[in-house]
Amino acid sequence: MTSSTLGLRGLAWLLVLQTAGELLARAFSLPFPGPVVGMVLLLAALRWPVVREPVAACADHLLQHLSLLFVPVGVGVMTHLALVSQYGGRMLVVIVLSTWIGLGVTALVMFNLSPQHDAEQGDRSDAQVR
Amino acid sequence: MPKFVELWVYLSATPLFGLTATLATYVCMQAVYLRLNRVPWANPVLWTVVVIAGVLLATGVPYPTYFAGAQFIHFLLGPAVVALAWPLWQRRLELRKRWGRLLITAMAGGTAASTSALALAWALDLPHDVLLSLAPKSVTAPVAMGIAEKIGGIPALSAVFAVLTGLVGAVSGRYLFNALRIPFTTAGWTARGFALGTAAHGLGAARALQVNADAGAYAGLALGLQVVLASLLMPLVFRLM
Repeated sequence: MTSSTLGLRGLAWLLVLQTAGELLARAFSLPFPGPVVGMVLLLAALRWPVVREPVAACADHLLQHLSLLFVPVGVGVMTHLALVSQYGGRMLVVIVLSTWIGLGVTALVMFNLSPQHDAEQGDRSDAQVR
Repeated sequence: MPKFVELWVYLSATPLFGLTATLATYVCMQAVYLRLNRVPWANPVLWTVVVIAGVLLATGVPYPTYFAGAQFIHFLLGPAVVALAWPLWQRRLELRKRWGRLLITAMAGGTAASTSALALAWALDLPHDVLLSLAPKSVTAPVAMGIAEKIGGIPALSAVFAVLTGLVGAVSGRYLFNALRIPFTTAGWTARGFALGTAAHGLGAARALQVNADAGAYAGLALGLQVVLASLLMPLVFRLM
């Protein structure tokens, strides 16, 4: 099978699982969005080569261009110009500061919990100030 | 001149316009970004959004007209979220080994990001629905919309906040991590990546993927964890409040 056929099958699997996720989320009124349920389903289904091989051929291509997919939503900022002109400055302050806090907390917790970090610290002097 | 105006009116009303404008502008902005050696402030999504929103506002083309074409790109966010299972699955052994630590980190980072957003929004006296829309902002846009809907925010606004958050992370992350003295070792890269995926979702992960493979892998992992944790916990927390 050529890789493009495989990729197409992979896309089909992604859509099938997304649909299944949407249906499950609605049927059982789960608190998760449908694609998230689809992701969990895929995680379980990847053990089977029938699913794994096609998805492998397609997922990386899709995820490589992930940032492009955010453009249409991002342009939507223009529909909230009234809110932006009234609260834009404050909203920006909230977004920037909370993002920095989130990034900083995560990076510091992760770095200090990592096993490599323990090893690296052991090599150096303990007196190092962080 | 009137010919051109007629042509523009016709063209701007077809779905082809939104799709072409999005893809063509993005390709150009990406070329600029690559030419500038991927310097964070040249982020292609940021500039594509600025250019397209600017053109639409200047020419008076309404957003729904643009979205009629752009929806074909937007639609792929769903399958892309499903596809996030793939990088998770590839790292399942490592995940199993470090499960506890990663979960603690993801919880700490996600909680820090959304409670600080809520606290700041409250302190700055933002309206209640805007405040609620800010809560899921560090989760990838399509999921943030779903969560906002569940907790009483405005889904469209949440999506915009999520994209802005992702851009802030992608553009400023490197400088913040350098200031925090996170080194350029394997442990440092995984921490940088995990933080970008946790606090700046897909846009942070896209940036991490471009700079370092370890960072990219952990960013994908973190964003997947954040999706599950936030969509599981946020509606519950807000139901209790």
